[in-house]
Formats: sequence, structure tokens, C-alpha cells
Amino acid sequence: MKAVSTGVRKKDAMSLVTGKPVYTGDLVPANALRLKLLRSPHARANIISIDTSRAKMVPGVAAVLTWEDMPQSRFTTAGQTWPEPSPYDRLILDRHLRCAGDPVAIVAAETEEIARRAVRLIKVEYEVLEPLLDFTKALDNPIVVHPEENFRSLCPVGTDPKRNLVSTDSFTVGDVEGEFAKCDVVLERTYNTVANNQTMMEPFCTYTYLDEYGRLNVVSSTQVPFHVRRILSNALELPKSQIRVVKPRIGGGFGAKQSVVSEQFPAIVTKLTGRPAYLCYTRQESMANGSPRHQMQVKVRIGADRDGSIRCMDLYALSNAGAYGDHGPTTIGLVGHKSLALYGSLRASRFVCDVVYTNTMGAGAYRGYGATQGIFAVESAVNEMAAQLGMDPCAIREKNMVRQGQMMPAYYGEPCNSCTLDKCMERAKEMMGWDKGPTHWTLPNGHIRGRGVAMAMQGSGISGVDIGSVEVRLNDGGFYTMLVGCTDMGTGCDTILAQMAADCLDCSVDDIAVRGVDTDQSPYDTGSYASATTYVTGGAVVKTCGELREKIRLEGARLLGIAPEAAQFDGEKVFLPGTDKVMTRAEIGWASYEGHSKQLSASQSNSSPISPPPFMVGMAEVDIDPDTGAVRVVDYVGVVDCGTVINTNLARVQTEGGIVQGIGMALLENIQYNPQGRMLNDSLLQYRIPTRLEAGKIRVEFVPSYEPTGPFGAKSIGELVINTPSPAIAEAIRAATGHMFRTLPIRPEDVALAGLEE
Amino acid sequence: MTIKWTLNGTARTDEVEADETLLHCLRKVGCLSVKCGCETSGCGLCTVWMDGTPVLSCSVPAPRAEGHAVTTLEGLQEEAAEFGAFLADEGAEQCGFCSPGFIMNVLAMVRELKNPTEEEIQHYLTGNLCRCSGYQGQLRAIRKYLAAKGGEQR
Repeated sequence: MKAVSTGVRKKDAMSLVTGKPVYTGDLVPANALRLKLLRSPHARANIISIDTSRAKMVPGVAAVLTWEDMPQSRFTTAGQTWPEPSPYDRLILDRHLRCAGDPVAIVAAETEEIARRAVRLIKVEYEVLEPLLDFTKALDNPIVVHPEENFRSLCPVGTDPKRNLVSTDSFTVGDVEGEFAKCDVVLERTYNTVANNQTMMEPFCTYTYLDEYGRLNVVSSTQVPFHVRRILSNALELPKSQIRVVKPRIGGGFGAKQSVVSEQFPAIVTKLTGRPAYLCYTRQESMANGSPRHQMQVKVRIGADRDGSIRCMDLYALSNAGAYGDHGPTTIGLVGHKSLALYGSLRASRFVCDVVYTNTMGAGAYRGYGATQGIFAVESAVNEMAAQLGMDPCAIREKNMVRQGQMMPAYYGEPCNSCTLDKCMERAKEMMGWDKGPTHWTLPNGHIRGRGVAMAMQGSGISGVDIGSVEVRLNDGGFYTMLVGCTDMGTGCDTILAQMAADCLDCSVDDIAVRGVDTDQSPYDTGSYASATTYVTGGAVVKTCGELREKIRLEGARLLGIAPEAAQFDGEKVFLPGTDKVMTRAEIGWASYEGHSKQLSASQSNSSPISPPPFMVGMAEVDIDPDTGAVRVVDYVGVVDCGTVINTNLARVQTEGGIVQGIGMALLENIQYNPQGRMLNDSLLQYRIPTRLEAGKIRVEFVPSYEPTGPFGAKSIGELVINTPSPAIAEAIRAATGHMFRTLPIRPEDVALAGLEE
Repeated sequence: MTIKWTLNGTARTDEVEADETLLHCLRKVGCLSVKCGCETSGCGLCTVWMDGTPVLSCSVPAPRAEGHAVTTLEGLQEEAAEFGAFLADEGAEQCGFCSPGFIMNVLAMVRELKNPTEEEIQHYLTGNLCRCSGYQGQLRAIRKYLAAKGGEQR
């Protein structure tokens, strides 16, 4: 093994750091129409009339489209495998507006300035209706967010739009009430998380054009090109065969781009006008009409023996889907499955959930995907239980945590085949000096310090659903081309998959040219989400390279005229040991073309019946100014078990980045609405993400397990790493102040006021 | 209106609108390294130099470039690659969308501050947001770059 478990530089790194034009917005054809959307100022309204006549008269305006011009089949914009669990509740433009910023009209013009001017000339008469904004009052509210007749749900997720119910679900393991009755201590607590924006640096953007075959070409910053093809087919009522989706470099996604957000608008303009069309969301649009994390309320009942054995947990989660049900039925499941399974000591557990519609921005997929909210609640409840019992929060976890070899009944009944969570805890304690110091102390300047801990898990792809495929070809001259259908969104999957291929084929990473993603040319892949790529597509790389190796060996033997069973391939050459019969890979590459009409290639798909969880321990040290309530994370330790680390640099940076996003969620980020339902903080100056000053010091280490079903023993890392900061920081603040904050983000004013109350 | 200015060392004349931003103008004339992240001075992605000083091009009207020298990453390719290699060796460029603006500011910092402390580095670059990396790898790259350039780091 040469490339795997090293810090190979990303294949695209140098073009990125020298600012080459490789993103969607850099590649737009000069003659593309520029699009601007007129958006609803109201959170709930019906359009009575739209007058577009003046807008259409502006010189340079090519089209002004309203709901009357749109196909009337409902679809979901959630990038999921068909049949999607998310309800079909959208139109490209709808007469009924369900959240502030819902699109009302599309203007396509020769320049952005003309489009902007024309948007202002559209006159709309609205019937303004009272919006439903409080998700805790949404179920069976007289205000119905989706009253339409052609609403469709493809999966049995309990959808009942007349009740504002997107989905409902539950599972029970063991005798919950019986076990609670036996517990010495039972706590009941409620935890609240808010909607957060992914805030990837590149906003949503897409351009479209008709190619020489008259097919719709879509170039977009997306995590899910193959899902985009299907979603646009539904939205535009256009056969899938008439659509090609290409993904160039992506400026970050974090789940935001696992939904169709900007694609449908230029696509319909190109379909109706025949002209290339380009739409790039402003930051304000990306903030107010993106696909943020689901706001949730999670009620936890936790029962333990006096010795700290946690025996029973019961969760009820309520999730705010907002105006549209994208990812609603699926995010909620992770709240239970990927939090309860952290505790192998549980004798019984239950999870019940409802997902509801409101007239706020439709939510979507955000790194962690429900597990983040569930882990905040469960880990905080465990911290509160430890405090109640007078136990060290690490000790209570060491007593109860899931261990390798156990079954995980709350995690789809899967076995825990690979897990070093116990060793991660041990190492985190060493790094933080946990056992050597107190959990809280006061500095000479009056500031208070506190320390907290949390554990986390995630999955590695969606078991039985996600599929990854690759094709590897041996070319003339002996280099390989690897076609992948998964989307590198900056995470570096093009490179890590090449690292795996290089080790499978005994060649260098530079011998492998990687190309993704073009739905006409790449093999099918569900896309990069659900922490799937390393584990699922990586598995396809291993299978494909194994097949290709064998083909090269057999072709070499045939060309050399030797018995196939005696021939060996060492990555560079096929040879018969002990003889001078040798043919290099380059020669086989040439020969397989010239006169033999047989390019050597292999393509395999991979899917997994299980989704092995990666694990992590996070520890935070916070500094609190008791006068202002300002909380600063001064030290954060993250110790991760993602199985075999494929790229040491990229895994580390993923972890550091995820932790800092998690710090933002814990202390800063909060999508807020005014009483009429318009987002208040829709700019980067108001919706603040951590700068390098808030990030503090982050220390990351790995304690790899070996996942027997993973490529080279690997599991996932992408989402896991955002899950520990919220509960670890809340616990650190509790340790320092004695006050438990159960609502995120924990704002300075909350901390200062709690201090005053005491 | 017409402006006479210098872009990446070349004197030129361009037609700009009175209300056009320098960011828009730069992308229009082909400097596509300059990225738009917010248009409200909140992210640092559109950082370029005006007469050697970093500015946010989303907040500079294009007509203000009249008589000034503007530098983008297109004009600093060698230095970008030199520092960028350190960033790449940490894997800290990640999606890369913030890299051009960040690198413009790093290269300005190197000219302006001699042997900067870690605190000075962090403060100088605070306005450059990155959502992928958590900033730690960027700092490692800067430290190694400064060390390689022979400066002693305090």
C-alpha cells in the first residue's frame, strides 16, 4: 500500500489556489440570458393577478414567466433516490405562495442589470393570508400550508397535508415503561435547535443550454447530478433522455446542494426560449431561500441506575420542514437512530417523531442530517444525568458507550463491527488533560473556564439505497482513466478514490486521470451525500480495479502467448516468472487498441446492506466573560474513528472544518424571522458564521478501527464531525456557570442573564 | 463612462457603468479568479489590491479604479502557486472558492508585516471567511510558508 493513508495533494489543488476559472459561474456562455427572480414579500399569499406587460417592454428582456407558463406536475426538489420519501409538493412557480421569498416570476434578459430593472416593473396583486410560523403549533392548525389537490406522496411516511403533517414515524426496542419503572433516576428535558444555513462560499448557481442534439444541458453546482436529471425531468415534464447534467468544481455544499435550488429556473427558460440561461443566487437569496437545517424540538426522557448505568431512553422529536417537505421524512429518522445507538447499555429505547409544515423557508439537507440535532439532545441529557448523579461526564460514557462487537438495536439492528470509541475517549482525555484538571475554574481576570465532552456517530451511506459506480480504463501508453459519478465538492473525493485505485492497481496516483461528473458519460452514482462517497463509491473502486487487474493480466498473457494461469501482473508489467517474457502496462495499453479492437476497461457498482457508523469524541474548553456572557472556545479536541484514514490531510481538514461549523451552530448561527415571516438576518454580516477568531484552537487525532466491509477498512467522516460541538460546548458552559442551556445557539445575552438570575 | 487604469501591470482603458462595482468589472474583463460571495463586504472572497493595498472589490465602484493599479490573482500567478503549494500540502484549500481572495490577503500581509505573530496573522485575515477548513490548515500553511521564506516567526 503506497497511496492510501498518506496526505496526497488534491488533484485539483493547484488550479484552485491559482484561481483558475473552474466553477459554474466562470464557465457561462457569453450569450446566456441572465435571470432574476421576483420573490414573494409575503410568507403566505395567493397571487390574484400579475401584470408583466411593462417588464416585457424593457429592451433586452427575452422572457417574463409566471405560474401560468409552468408545467403543473408537482415534484420534490430533494436529491434522493426514487421513489423519494419527500413529498411532491412543489411547482417551479406556484400561484399559492408558502414562504417569504417563494418565486413569483422569472425574468430573463440580455444582462443582469436589465433583468433586475424589469423585475421591478412587474405588478402583482396578492391576497395576503395569515402565515403559520410556529412549528410547535403546526399540527392540526386551521392554517393548512398545502391544501392543493395534486399533492403527492410516493412513500408510506404517514403524510397528511390536511394536518400539516409531512411525516410521522416511531420505533421501540424493549419494554420502555417497564425499564423506566426500574430506574433509580429518571430525567425529562427538552432541547431546541434552530434552522442553520450551510453557508457554503459559492452560492447556488446554474446555467443551461440546448446542445447540438437539441438536448437540455445543465451545468450546475450540485452534489447530485443524477438526481438533478430526474428532478428536472419531473419539473419540466421532459423525458430524462433529453437532459444532461454536468458538475464542474463546486464551491462547497454541506448538503445545501443535495436539493435542486437554482436549476429549475434557467432550465425552464432554456426549454421555453431555446436560449442559454444563467442564474446565480445572491447571498441574500442563498440565505433566505436555500435549503437549511431542520429546526427541531427534542424531548428526552432518560433513566439510569444510581451507579450510572443508563438503562432507558425515550425521545420525541418535532421537526420544522418549513414550506416544503424536502428531506423532512428522512432527516428526522437520524435523530433517533444515530443518537440512541451511542449507548450499548440501553435495555430499552423508543423514538417517536413528527415533521410538520409551516410558512418558513423550506428546509433541506445539512451535514449531520438530523443526527446533529438528536446528538445535541441525547448527549446533553447524558451530561445532565451525570451531573444529577455526581458523576464525571466521561466516566458515565465509559460505563455505557457502545463497543465493538455489540449489536445496535436502535441503529437498524446493525452490528457494531468496527469501533474505537473507547480508545477515542481515552485519547481525548489525555489530550485535554481531563483527569488532571478540574472541569471548571476561574481566571485572575474574572473569566470562568469550563470543560465539556460529547460523543457522536453517523453512518456511511444509506444502506441498501445508495449506489456508487466507477469505470476504469487502461489507455494507450498505459495510463488509466477513472470515470466517477460521485461529486467532489471540495472534499477531495476525486483524489481519495484515485488513491484507492492506485493501491489496487499498484501504480501511482498520477497514473490515474479522474473525471466526474457528466450524466451522459459518468457511471450512475446517487451523489455525494449521507457520508457515502468514501465507503460506497470507494467500494466500487476496489471491485472495479480488481476486475481490471485481472483483465490486464489475461490480455498480457494472451499477447505474450503464455498460459493465463501462470502469468503475473505487478502493476507495471505482465510477466512469466523465471523467464524473459515481459510486457509492460504501456505496451498492453497500446496493443489492446491496435489491431485487437479491445480497450481494457471495467465498471462495477457498489451498494451496502449496512451503513457502518464512524465515531468521535469531542471535548471543549470554553472561556466565559461573566459580565458580557461572551463564550469563546479556547481549545477543542476531536478524536475520530473513521476506520482507515484514506487521506490523512483531507480527513484532518474535514474534521477541523466540521468542528468549526459545529461551533457556529452552538454559539452563533440562527435563522430568524420577523412576525410576518421574513428572514431578518439574511446576509453574512447578520447571519454570522465563525471567523478565524471564533474558531480558536482545534486539535484533531485519529484512532482508526478497521471496518471489514469498507474499502481498505474505511468508514465515513464528512458529517460525523459537526455533531460534537453543540453538546460539548453546552456542557462546558454548564460546568463553568452551573446553568444548562437547552436551546441553541447559546447567545452571550442568555449566558449573562442566567448569571444575573443566580 | 471611460476609465484609464492599470490591471495586472498592463495599462488599459475600459467602459464602465457609474454604478458598477469593481468586482463586476474585473469579472467582465476576464479576471475570473475574483469571486463573488456576498456583495456586502462580508466574506473577503473578492479581495484584490488597489495600488498594492487589499480592497474588497464588491465595495469599490469601478470608476474609482481610474488612475489606479489593480492587481488580481491573475497577476500574481507565481506567488499564488508558491504559497498555494503550502495550502495544497495541508489539503486546506478544500473547495477553493475562498482561496483567491484569501491568498491575495496573505500575499499582502507578507509584504506589510515582517515576521507576524500568530495573533497578527489571525487579525489580518479575519475578514476572509472559509466554511470548509476551520482555518487551522490555512494557519499551518502560512506558518510553513513564512518559515520557508526565511522569516523568523515569533
